[in-house]
Amino acid sequence: MTEHAARAAEFVKNDARLHWHDQAVWFVRNKRDIARSFVPEWEELRSLGSQIKAHTLSRLAGYLEEFERNARAAGAAVHWARDADEHNRIVHGILRENGVTRLVKSKSMLTEECHLNEYLEAHGVEVVDTDLGERIVQFRREPPSHIVMPAIHLKKEEIGELFHDKLGTPRGLADPKQLAEAARAHLREKFLAAQAGLTGVNFAIASTGGVVVCTNEGNADLGTALPPIHIACMGVEKLVPSPRELAVFLRLLARSATGQPITAYTSHFHGPRPGASMHIVIVDHGRSRILAREEYRNSLKCIRCAACLNTCPVYRRSGGHSYGVAVAGPIGSVLAPHVDPKKHADLPFASTLCGSCSDVCPVRIDLHHQLLAWRGELAAQGLVPLRKRVVSRVGRWVLARTWAYRFFGKLARIFARYVPNPWTRQRELPPMPRESFRAQWRKRVRAR
Amino acid sequence: MDVALFIPCYVDQFYPRVGLATAEVLERHGVTVHFPEAQTCCGQPMANSGFFDDARPLARKMLEVFAPYEHVVCPSGSCTSMVRNHFETVLPGDPRVAGLRAKTRELCEFLHDVLRARPRGRFPHKVGLHDSCHGLRELRLGSGSERLVQAFSKMRTLLDGIDGLQLVELARADECCGFGGTFAVTEEAVSCAMGRDRIADHERAGAELIAGGDVSCLMHLEGLIRRDGKKLRVLHVAELLEEATR
Repeated sequence: MTEHAARAAEFVKNDARLHWHDQAVWFVRNKRDIARSFVPEWEELRSLGSQIKAHTLSRLAGYLEEFERNARAAGAAVHWARDADEHNRIVHGILRENGVTRLVKSKSMLTEECHLNEYLEAHGVEVVDTDLGERIVQFRREPPSHIVMPAIHLKKEEIGELFHDKLGTPRGLADPKQLAEAARAHLREKFLAAQAGLTGVNFAIASTGGVVVCTNEGNADLGTALPPIHIACMGVEKLVPSPRELAVFLRLLARSATGQPITAYTSHFHGPRPGASMHIVIVDHGRSRILAREEYRNSLKCIRCAACLNTCPVYRRSGGHSYGVAVAGPIGSVLAPHVDPKKHADLPFASTLCGSCSDVCPVRIDLHHQLLAWRGELAAQGLVPLRKRVVSRVGRWVLARTWAYRFFGKLARIFARYVPNPWTRQRELPPMPRESFRAQWRKRVRAR
Repeated sequence: MDVALFIPCYVDQFYPRVGLATAEVLERHGVTVHFPEAQTCCGQPMANSGFFDDARPLARKMLEVFAPYEHVVCPSGSCTSMVRNHFETVLPGDPRVAGLRAKTRELCEFLHDVLRARPRGRFPHKVGLHDSCHGLRELRLGSGSERLVQAFSKMRTLLDGIDGLQLVELARADECCGFGGTFAVTEEAVSCAMGRDRIADHERAGAELIAGGDVSCLMHLEGLIRRDGKKLRVLHVAELLEEATR
């Protein structure tokens, strides 16, 4: 069994929890359906989003340089990181130079991808995630299970338990409002004590050098308004040419992510505020490798809305942690093998290829075709189990010969019920007919 | 009109009645049906597992077997999609692929688009339609719940003229059943959980029958239904049409 299959099987064992998780995530898919139905030009908007990203990616180097120029002109320092390691070192360098030991962060999937928290903690920096869901999984010392809703795998009772341990709330408290209030008070202290704030970046605008961060909790604003240093970390693919194009993505993002017309906060940062400093760290970490490969290039269009997770029937029934990567679900399964094909060889197979992800994607990434392309590549590289390879080879030999196909088909019909078969662990085999279609067809033709 | 039947291997071996119903329905619409006996399998099981090289000789065989015919009709959205959307990947640069692609259609698609059939008949049952994913999203036999386009379903349109047939409304109109080819075995736990949820949705909607365009999905659902001792029946849409218009 692959790692994903094994973890998923664990997840499925708890039937009540499985269905609770499935419903909770499906609820968000449903909200997305409602939100997008108020935008009659939705499909056009998706095409536009996809085309703008395609254009930007086709001239990425130029746009990155334009962005860097304009960001510098606005007073921000711009840093370039080849990979996760360089990114972590740059962020730590900025903190060290400024004597920062207390950092608040708003949500950033990139820093999850780079395992920044662990790196900084190992270097003596206190890192506090200020997005509520992120703080919850940080308390539990586990990765987020979803891009947009990091703690969607947890029930409010479990969060009550956790907050009782960590924040001293009354035992048994499970009222979301009161729990959020407790977190708010706790985070307020952390915000006030922080010496620097780190944010992710949803969009970076080449023509202005500004970055845009979308949140619902306002934590990115507080985290950048209080401490004197703002570090914004972004992947190279976050670029849009100008504010005009940004508008298209702002209409797509929140509707696809949570079914909101727009996030509660859309914060634009153009250089540091007076008396403060701003650093922008631009990270490649495998993205230019993806860019170089035409069949996978589309995946760089991703705006991390998580609609493909919410719609994925496998994600909803296996949980984000079953994927073993920071970005789970269909998009994660497409991206992860670029970083380490051997380690993540199971992910492109953790899908029925139902294609719902491709149809829900606000920037029309052909996700299920990319999953299939990966299967082909992993098979060609010998990174799939030998057993599968052998079955496929034997199948090919038999099916390429009509006589062999007929012979083994007949054997299967007679003996299938006696042979141990993984199919029958939970399912019955169909009642086997005595004659195949072709045999019956021949009789039918003869009888005429 | 002459039509060559493309009968998926598992239909040929395990569900011959679906192949016969397909032929019967086509003949009732005045079509002359042929079954080229050299056909075996389109290679989808191999291709979907990533073994494009193993699918190649099978795809080539398909090109040869169906070369003489003007129309190729298949009672499976998934196998039709293999020919239409994935032979290109398996046989890059083969000029014959475009030809087979243009003339191969899934049964409902052929009845709806080419014959413009609107069958009349009677089928007094409450039926849930299971839209198989590849038919729905790769062949666009219906609009699908994800996209904001004018709602349509070729299968529903075909069933419009059947008296007594009551289509039930599912809570999740087009969720995958979890079959997914080898996924059914390699990710058995999730696959079966998906199948059971799909069945429960039909039960809650009051369906007596699950009808669909792909035997693979139906085989998976039927396997679970029978193991769990449920009352539901599964039926391919060809069988439904054959029975209704008898």
